[in-house]
Amino acid sequence: MLRLIARRLALLIPTLFGLSILLFLWVRALPGGPARALLGERATDAAIAEINELYGFNRPLHEQYARYLGQLLQGNFGTSLTTRRPVLEEFSNRFPATLELTIWAILIAIVLGIGLGYLAARKHGSVLDSLAVVVSLLGVTVPVFFLAFILKYVFAVRLGWFASTGRQSSDIDATHYTNLYVLDGVLTGELDAAWDAILHLALPAIALASIPLAIIARMTRASVIEVQTSDYVRTAIAKGLRPTRVRNRVLLRNALLPVSTTIGLQVGLLLSGAVLTETVFSFPGIGGFLASAIYSADYPVLQGFIIIIAVVYALVNLAVDISYGLIDPRLRTR
Amino acid sequence: MTSTLPAAEPPSEPGAPPEPGGADGARSAKDSQHDGASLWQQALRRMRRNPIAIVGAVIVAAFVLVAVLAPWIAPYPAQATPGRDLIRPTLIPGPSAEFPLGLDRFGSDVLSQLIWGARASLIIGVVSTLLGLFGGVALGLLAGAFSGWVDTLAMRLVDLMLAIPSLLLAVSIAAIAGQNNSSIIIAIGVVQIPIFARLLRGSMLQQRNQDYVLAARSLGLTRGTVTMSHVLPNSLGPVIVQATLVLATAVIEAAALSFLGLGGGRPTEAEWGRMLTGAQAELALAPQLAILPGLCISITALGFTLLGESLREALDPRMRRRR
Repeated sequence: MLRLIARRLALLIPTLFGLSILLFLWVRALPGGPARALLGERATDAAIAEINELYGFNRPLHEQYARYLGQLLQGNFGTSLTTRRPVLEEFSNRFPATLELTIWAILIAIVLGIGLGYLAARKHGSVLDSLAVVVSLLGVTVPVFFLAFILKYVFAVRLGWFASTGRQSSDIDATHYTNLYVLDGVLTGELDAAWDAILHLALPAIALASIPLAIIARMTRASVIEVQTSDYVRTAIAKGLRPTRVRNRVLLRNALLPVSTTIGLQVGLLLSGAVLTETVFSFPGIGGFLASAIYSADYPVLQGFIIIIAVVYALVNLAVDISYGLIDPRLRTR
Repeated sequence: MTSTLPAAEPPSEPGAPPEPGGADGARSAKDSQHDGASLWQQALRRMRRNPIAIVGAVIVAAFVLVAVLAPWIAPYPAQATPGRDLIRPTLIPGPSAEFPLGLDRFGSDVLSQLIWGARASLIIGVVSTLLGLFGGVALGLLAGAFSGWVDTLAMRLVDLMLAIPSLLLAVSIAAIAGQNNSSIIIAIGVVQIPIFARLLRGSMLQQRNQDYVLAARSLGLTRGTVTMSHVLPNSLGPVIVQATLVLATAVIEAAALSFLGLGGGRPTEAEWGRMLTGAQAELALAPQLAILPGLCISITALGFTLLGESLREALDPRMRRRR
């Protein structure tokens, strides 16, 4: 097990190295060159020459790359063009919001997806089964930002049940330890703050959950249908095991293995979806900030965020791989 | 979503035509199942009996028809603003006899915009999918045909591209390609390359160990001939299924990228994603401006998904045994 972790961590290094080269070349391939990308569209020629001298953009490429890599390793990702603050600071300020949003989204997707998929498979061919098929189709064909739009219009603008923008109402004075607002509210006993955060989170989390929910439901349904007709389930029933025991110990355990793999694959989709969902709901996370960085051509932010997100993404995938070893003993020996 | 694709079984005859629409239109339904029909012919026959495939095909056909016939069926030319004098800051007129689906905030006819938008989506979807398909097939062929360092290098490149969440990768590529319409096409196409490459390589590795490859080789055919005319055509099944599904994603992703403000173009230009962006500001005033293009995107994506899924099912050897 430890060897698996060590090997996967070692594999991470060449990937990150390659990624740093790719992003390094990316900034230099931007229209107008890196200095214009750093200074913005309206930079004067004199200012560009100054930046080229200062950052060494007129030096040979390998020298520039060595310098860039050195800065990366020191955690220096440059400064945002729009807010004039370090990129790393902008990221760490906004990350908890996105983390909270994605955690809720994946929870909703897992609970509803597995539940719906399981019930559909048990009642194969019923109305519920057809419903599960339709939901899993709609989840992948309705664009996330369109669903977010509809939810916002119906439940926030029209009915007013939920908040339409932000993370917390401005009149709430909450104490924050973890910066996960719902958890903070519960920890400090400020339940009104927690409830207010839930009202802000619910719609974006549901919108973001739609794609993984569809995929998990579909996978669970297919997997349960396959396992419940398998020989070992028939054997377990023939042995006279109680139905609940067959269901929990034999059926679910085996059927959920491929589902857990699918859940791990959703992380990238969630991060992409967060950019769109956060934009629609003006949710102050990294996704919304990225979207505005695209709009204002804030390249240091784009470059820095992409490399940090890739690291986070790789670490999450590693954690997911390790958890498979825990769920499925057969994978441990590999 | 893509890595769980089941690989298709090799066709009954090794040199089967790789095109799904291939040459069996004239075949009658009474032909028996085991008359030596190729994998694709069997698949097409199976799809004609599948109502889901027919629904998908009808949606896709309608979409393509609207897109192609746009210049003749759209009531107003693209980018025209025939109703701009009727727009007030607090009033966007809804449906009327003159404008069947109402106007947008620039005074463009919404129905015309949707029809022209179908054309834009079709072009973006088809061109970007072809780009991803050819790029991915080239890379996957390289990796699948040569083992050793070529394979390792190609797959490392694939891993690198997959290390960035797809939307961010598309955004970075669009940033290099500049503020123009083709940048969205390039971005969506390039993002698909690693997926197609990985799929084709996996499929080729599977085919390489089949008996018919051994037979071809023992006949004295060169490695190049075996790879190009035996292994490759038989490995394309999952890739073509994926291409159909990617058409659905491409329509959605194109809308997402222009929704994020990439790709340039004028705000009056008919593109479903851009129409949605524009509608954001008038959500309370005129929700139909967001709902209509959103529905168009969803229905089109649904059509391609249904078609792709039923094609996958029709090619799946496990499904075939049940018949």
